[in-house]
Amino acid sequence: MATDKNLFKGFSRREWLKILGGIPIFGAVWTAGFRSNEKALSERNLLLETLNIKASAPPASGPMTGEPLRVGLIGFGIRGEQLMRSLGFATTEWIDDMVKSAAENPDDKRLAEFQAQESLNVKLTAICDIFDVRAEKALKSFNTEENPCKRYKTHLELFNSGEVDAVIIATPDHWHAPMAIAAIEAGLHVYVEKPMTHTIQETYDLREACRKNPDIKFAVGHQHRQTQSFLTAQDAIAKNTLGHVSLVVTATNRNDDNGAWQYDIHPDASTETIDWNAFLGTAPQIPFNAEHFFRWRKWWAYGSGLSGDLLTHDYDRINCVLKMGIPKYITGSGGVYTHRDGRNVPDVMQINMDFPEFSTGTSQTPGKEKGMTLVYSATLGNQFDRGTVLMGHDASMELGNMVTIYADPRSTKYKDLIKENRVDPSVPIYQYDPSANGVDAVTSATAKYFANKGLLWTYRDGKRVDSTFLHLREWMSCVRNGGEPSCGITEGFEEAITAHMGGLSYKIGRRIEWDAENEQIIALPGENLDEILLNNDDVFIS
Amino acid sequence: MDQTSRFTSLQTGSLVLLRLLIGWHFLYEGVIKLYSPSWTAKGYLLSASYMESFFRWMASETIIPVIDTLNIGALLLVGFSLIIGVKTNWACIIGIGLLLLYYLAHPPFPGYPQGPSEGSYWLVNKNLIEAAALFVIYLFPTQYAFGLAKLFAKQKTVSTNPIN
Repeated sequence: MATDKNLFKGFSRREWLKILGGIPIFGAVWTAGFRSNEKALSERNLLLETLNIKASAPPASGPMTGEPLRVGLIGFGIRGEQLMRSLGFATTEWIDDMVKSAAENPDDKRLAEFQAQESLNVKLTAICDIFDVRAEKALKSFNTEENPCKRYKTHLELFNSGEVDAVIIATPDHWHAPMAIAAIEAGLHVYVEKPMTHTIQETYDLREACRKNPDIKFAVGHQHRQTQSFLTAQDAIAKNTLGHVSLVVTATNRNDDNGAWQYDIHPDASTETIDWNAFLGTAPQIPFNAEHFFRWRKWWAYGSGLSGDLLTHDYDRINCVLKMGIPKYITGSGGVYTHRDGRNVPDVMQINMDFPEFSTGTSQTPGKEKGMTLVYSATLGNQFDRGTVLMGHDASMELGNMVTIYADPRSTKYKDLIKENRVDPSVPIYQYDPSANGVDAVTSATAKYFANKGLLWTYRDGKRVDSTFLHLREWMSCVRNGGEPSCGITEGFEEAITAHMGGLSYKIGRRIEWDAENEQIIALPGENLDEILLNNDDVFIS
Repeated sequence: MDQTSRFTSLQTGSLVLLRLLIGWHFLYEGVIKLYSPSWTAKGYLLSASYMESFFRWMASETIIPVIDTLNIGALLLVGFSLIIGVKTNWACIIGIGLLLLYYLAHPPFPGYPQGPSEGSYWLVNKNLIEAAALFVIYLFPTQYAFGLAKLFAKQKTVSTNPIN
């Protein structure tokens, strides 16, 4: 104690200042940091309360328990292989490739993710592919003691085999509807790739088949419906966050051969290995052509180009959020500008979809709330990412895996908040990142940089979730536990009609109109719209 | 260096000022991170452009909570120590360690991605300069001239430190 007393003796006031002078500085800095955070948090909470957007993931589909579901696959091409992996069946060739790839690059987690995927309790009992090489490749990997799998020469043999409960159709577009209708009539559940149909008439016929067989679970392969951010986007729309949305812009940008459907032609392709007549079906009867077989997306006879392959994805993404249905008018343009390789579907295509009566609500005086155009803009000659933006009077929403909302500087709804400097139009007022722990109203440039690079993505239960897996799982859950798939016949009907109107407008060069009351695309007297849509002779090259 | 020479009060004062400014910077960074519940160094570490495997290990699921806590703790400790003026030599060493880690994760080496940055740098950036400044503080301790350490140094009759 005596020492302690001595310790404090003999200091002048000046010396005490030098000893304790740091304390007020410390206090000031700490308080400033604390207050700055508190202010930022309360501003953020106020904004989030004002917006009141519910950030939620889609409900998980039901259990996969019970007897294994017996599934048949038609079409073991590029998409068929992907679908089978999502179903839990990978070829030995793919696994070998992934083992090699993972050994070379430890960041390649594709094999680990495939192996960690939940079992869907499925038996792959039947395969149908009219190219022997593909069918045999599937059998070699999938026909095992635990999973006896048989090849069928035709889809009808497969449907009537009694060995399947459900089928997955991953064929060229012109076979989607005929096969789906036959499967439904055979009492099988159906998952069909997009676009749902290849002609207008098929779209009605398939809907009719579904209506006559209400117990059949029918799903269209728009797997992005499983994207977590979409429910959040729906809620933001329901809360009128954006005000009157007058324009939605969405795009496809690709600049590589694969993206332009220049798929590999297998060296063993011949009339010996391919059932050419089965491929053609109702398409124009032409002699064997390997390019047509492997690159069918390039011709209207079998595929539907950008409007069927890629517009459908973007249209359905927006329809999933806005539920705006079939457009009243569609105007299309474009041409074959980059890939002048004999194809007759365009590689640059702009489709304007008009919804004059559609409304997302308004913050303005009544009378300013109706009308919206959805622009789909595509090129296969450039891959600059243009994103998807929903543009409202009050705010704009960037829609992707994340949902980001920016207030519009001229907004009516946020006018006061902008005036009080509580909302900065250049900083998002809302951001939902399904991989993050929560939502954030304000994002720093740095955080955005990291998020854009995909670095801040954590995955559900520690693993990346494949949306095709979730989409197949949802369909199977409906088969097992009841309920309706998120992209069923109603959504598929809207998607297919829209795609066909887009194709027609491009081909005819005229604004195409939908008569909603009579559910008809309006044709001029004597015009056969399906004939025009399927016409494989015209090529529009400027 | 002549250990017996004394600095002018202006020279000592400027060293104290440098120490306080660096302490201020560390403390404020620490406080902001402490009160931001969602803050994590994960993004910074995962995007490291140098010694990637080491920084990725630091960012791994099991390690990152420890790293985040240690980082905030170290920032607060260094800030406290430099401002209050106690154990500043230790604070300088810890501070230099932290700054070099920040520097190495995103070094301004030619040909390396620079990431978000408000300036232009080649080999030298602000982290390196601040680390060098902390080294100066380490070599010329001022806690006995301005700081709580002065309280305990009164009894010392002999000081080899030129600043005391």
